[in-house]
Amino acid sequence: MTSLHKRQVKAVLTWIATFILMIVMCVPGLWVVLSGFRPNREILAKPPVWIPEDLTLDNFAAIFGLSDAQVAIPVIDYFANSMIIAVTSTAIALLVGMSGGYAFARFRFGGKNALFLGLMLSRAVPGIALSLPVFIIWSHLGLIDAPMGLIIVYVALNVPFTIWLIDGFFRQIPKELSEAAQVDGCTRWQAFWKIEFPLARSGIASAGVFAFLTSWNEYALASQLTRSTDSKTLPVGLMDFTAQFTIDWAGMCAMAVIIIIPALILTFLVQKHLIAGLTFGGVKG
Amino acid sequence: MRWRAEKHTPYLLLSPAILTILFVVAVPLVFSLYTSLTPYRLTKPDSINQFIGLRNYERLLDDTKFWWAFGRTILFLTIALNLEFLLGLGIALLINRITWGQRTLRTIMMFPMMFSPILVGFQFKFIFNDNIGILNNALQSLGLTDGAIPWLVERDLAMFSIIFAEVWMSTSVFAILLLAGLFAMPKDPLEAAKVDGCTPWQVFRHITLPFIMPFAYIAMTIRSLDVARAYDIVDVMTGGGPAGRTELLWTLIARVGYDNAKMGQANAMAYVSTILSILFTWYFFTKLVAARRYMGGAA
Repeated sequence: MTSLHKRQVKAVLTWIATFILMIVMCVPGLWVVLSGFRPNREILAKPPVWIPEDLTLDNFAAIFGLSDAQVAIPVIDYFANSMIIAVTSTAIALLVGMSGGYAFARFRFGGKNALFLGLMLSRAVPGIALSLPVFIIWSHLGLIDAPMGLIIVYVALNVPFTIWLIDGFFRQIPKELSEAAQVDGCTRWQAFWKIEFPLARSGIASAGVFAFLTSWNEYALASQLTRSTDSKTLPVGLMDFTAQFTIDWAGMCAMAVIIIIPALILTFLVQKHLIAGLTFGGVKG
Repeated sequence: MRWRAEKHTPYLLLSPAILTILFVVAVPLVFSLYTSLTPYRLTKPDSINQFIGLRNYERLLDDTKFWWAFGRTILFLTIALNLEFLLGLGIALLINRITWGQRTLRTIMMFPMMFSPILVGFQFKFIFNDNIGILNNALQSLGLTDGAIPWLVERDLAMFSIIFAEVWMSTSVFAILLLAGLFAMPKDPLEAAKVDGCTPWQVFRHITLPFIMPFAYIAMTIRSLDVARAYDIVDVMTGGGPAGRTELLWTLIARVGYDNAKMGQANAMAYVSTILSILFTWYFFTKLVAARRYMGGAA
């Protein structure tokens, strides 16, 4: 009887702890999202308005320049820049990463471990520290305030981790499969595209999502290497709001929603592969 | 002939990766090392040709602002990473006990991980705002305080707020990877230990913990690759203020390099922070490789 009682108490405590945990994890983000749909006067109200009385899309209309209340921040341009830069750099990083990941997964060669470590350590250089020399070199090459300048940087930021993940996924595929295909007359290249690539596809997709999010979210380098609507990305654009004398909280929250949504959708789609990739590639190497 | 071709293939496959890293990371770092040996200022382009040896580094030794930022960064990372590990472990053990809705909980846990650091900073700037923030509003509505608590203005509170934001953002990395470790754990040794009369603490200490440590090292390695993203949070939340009380190494680098245009000096600081990050990553990566070898032997 007492043991049953004890077990019940334990279960209740577990649920209470989980509940508190979920509140701490979800409320900050949800509050920002909710505020994106509230008028500024309700956000600023004193005493606070706890239950939203007035949910609108006005903030989104304003930052996209669709309403009378104009916001002087070109969110559409920033969004387009972010998309172009993130998608292009992800595509290139995936190609580079697939080729590199395949090399690490399938070949033995001199300096393999050192090379892998070197690639990883290159990612450890703090963004702001890297931005100083890149800023000087890029300004000589005319790559400041150009999408291409950021794309190149993001490819380099994403390659190490993409290789790590993709290496892990290729290792999961038995070598014998492609060897059998080669015995049957395929070239190694054909065996790769017909056997190994389709099997690793979902893993490669999740590596792509990771790369996309890194580029989509990056701020330290983007804030120094961009200047105008030609190349500014959403995270840099978010700071435009604080540069103004009064902070337009509602507008900022609306913009935050625009940054969050693609990230949340993508994360949700690939979460299973992502966890598998991180742990398998990392542990069973 | 075929064997020879085979020998060059991996290098050929890796060459795009190597070239990219050389162009974007290695060459700039060499250039940055050179720049740190000059009094280069953005406003005086010629000053890049003037070689002054280690004077920038000597100046760092006497620079109290630099050492404060250095110490604060170490303190910040020590507190944040330990909290993230402990909380992550706690959360993983908690979720592991739950039998219903486990996957949903895990999905929710992934979301902070995917937030842009700049968004996390903004989010907590909004929440900790002394006037309109939900935290002060809640505390005042509940009657816990009368006045507005200046979360981002008072120096100790500002540091606390930043650490809170950092821990909120990154605890999930530990929680998710440690949870994956718990899922992968074979159940037999646990039951055998229970039959042999081990206490729950002994089981945890001698069976569970050693098994999930490699997963903790993966998390640490992933975290150490981008510890500097705390820069984004600090930049948006306090900008290093009030009066430099939340200035970390990274915000100081940006201030000296871009705001004051002293590129030579900033590059010297950047070099110190780069070496710090690399050593940190290297340490955890070797731990990971060692743990991996151990796991490989066991499996």
